[in-house]
Amino acid sequence: MSDRRAELESASWSGRTRPYDLIKEGVAALVVITIAVVALSTLFGSPDDKQITFKQWAVAAPADFYATSVQELAGSSGTGGYGAPYNTASDGVNLGPLHLAKLMGVTHPVDTVNDFVITPLTTVVNSGPVADALKQWQASDSKTQSTWATNYDNALTKANQDATKVPAGNYGPVPQLATGLLSMAQAGSLDGALLSQGNYFQSDYTKQTLFLGDGSYFNDQSTASNLQGSTWGMMNETGRYPGQAWLWLYSFWYQIPPFNNGDSHPFGANADAWIMVIMGALSLGLIIMPLIPGVRSLPYKIPIHRLVWKNYYQEENL
Amino acid sequence: MSTTQEKEMWTSKLRKSWQKNLPVEKLLPDTQPAYVASWIYLFGVATLASLGVIIASGIVLAFEGASWYHYSNVGHFINSMHFWSVQFFFIFMVVHLWGKFWMAAWRGRRLLTWITGAVAFVASIATAFTGYLVQTNFDSQWISYEAKDGFNSVGIGSRFNVTNFGQMILLHVAFLPLVLGLITVIHVLMVRAKGVVPPIDAFNKELGERK
Repeated sequence: MSDRRAELESASWSGRTRPYDLIKEGVAALVVITIAVVALSTLFGSPDDKQITFKQWAVAAPADFYATSVQELAGSSGTGGYGAPYNTASDGVNLGPLHLAKLMGVTHPVDTVNDFVITPLTTVVNSGPVADALKQWQASDSKTQSTWATNYDNALTKANQDATKVPAGNYGPVPQLATGLLSMAQAGSLDGALLSQGNYFQSDYTKQTLFLGDGSYFNDQSTASNLQGSTWGMMNETGRYPGQAWLWLYSFWYQIPPFNNGDSHPFGANADAWIMVIMGALSLGLIIMPLIPGVRSLPYKIPIHRLVWKNYYQEENL
Repeated sequence: MSTTQEKEMWTSKLRKSWQKNLPVEKLLPDTQPAYVASWIYLFGVATLASLGVIIASGIVLAFEGASWYHYSNVGHFINSMHFWSVQFFFIFMVVHLWGKFWMAAWRGRRLLTWITGAVAFVASIATAFTGYLVQTNFDSQWISYEAKDGFNSVGIGSRFNVTNFGQMILLHVAFLPLVLGLITVIHVLMVRAKGVVPPIDAFNKELGERK
């Protein structure tokens, strides 16, 4: 691009002009769009599927809730083994040698045993067996607690989450604690206890969301609503409404190899990190597109601009 | 005050620069170059108009609170207006961006106009995303649960915690609209200051070039 051309293109236009009422155009656009928005809002409303509560989960899928509670005590849940920013249980995903989450540290500490089970149980008046179980748990050392919880977690998994088929074993008070938490959730008192964690004001839903996601019930509901990442979930919406369609490119990467195979290394297993990097690079590319050789030449090579300025080109015989 | 002192003042320098680059005739012109005659030019103003509806409906929702629309018919209607205006906003903005790309609208020292527009697009995605996180319904529960893994994977989750409702709603109604609004104002002022980019071949004759 010559300097002379750039100079001409940047100078105030000295050619033919035509009347153009910017304010009128803006007001007309505002009126038309407001009418269209009001019409769509009246006809279709907006999506609002009710939130899932712990009470709903515990009533609808008690075995799943019970098993998840045991996993939280054993540290074998998704959150228990997550790593940063919640705990140090694993290194998390990586970009080659870089473990960025681990590098940033545990900034939102989550102790699945106490935050999800023990502390909530201490906020209510428990029945005799549950109160005794709580005392037994709190009086024991962490090694013993871990042994009890792991033993019961393994036994419950072998019994396909059917607590009635778990053989006798060294489980300590774990079954009673899980039963107590299930009763608490079914009564509707776990939702508030998880949020407040003994405080009055609270607006951080990290702990509830993680606990909810550790079970199967929440995932099953999202699958039923077509919201899973493997089915373009990030750009979908509940019901028959348009979602965040502008996230199509982000969702796209999760649909193709190697990112759609969680077992493949190094990309599939670390898809979240690699896709964030790809989207960061593409976003930067969009911002600096006029500086990218090849891409910036496309408008010259594919003359769509002649359609935009069709009249002008005809009038000026260009 | 002496003339020398006046020349050195930041305020007078800014005023003079503003008057030179963006006089009121450029800010509110009543004519446009003859080539500004295509439906594609409507998408910029349509994007701004949609943003106006988003802000207006968003202010009502902000005054009434995040849960209002769950139990109030009026609230649900205002929420629906917010929802549909966002859909319009992105449709118009994407068409506007594509249009500007095929017009190579960064020509004539308009690089910063393109950059502010593209940054506004990215900021819009972030603003809309935080909006989806504060719907206080099943969708927002699920989106926050899913999205946390992406942000955590590159360490951003340590500071930008999508499961923290308090953080997300403050970003959605305060910080991000402020950023987006500021970038949009700068973008529009740059368009007005630089004028609408001329056709790609407008100066071929002056330059003795043929297409």
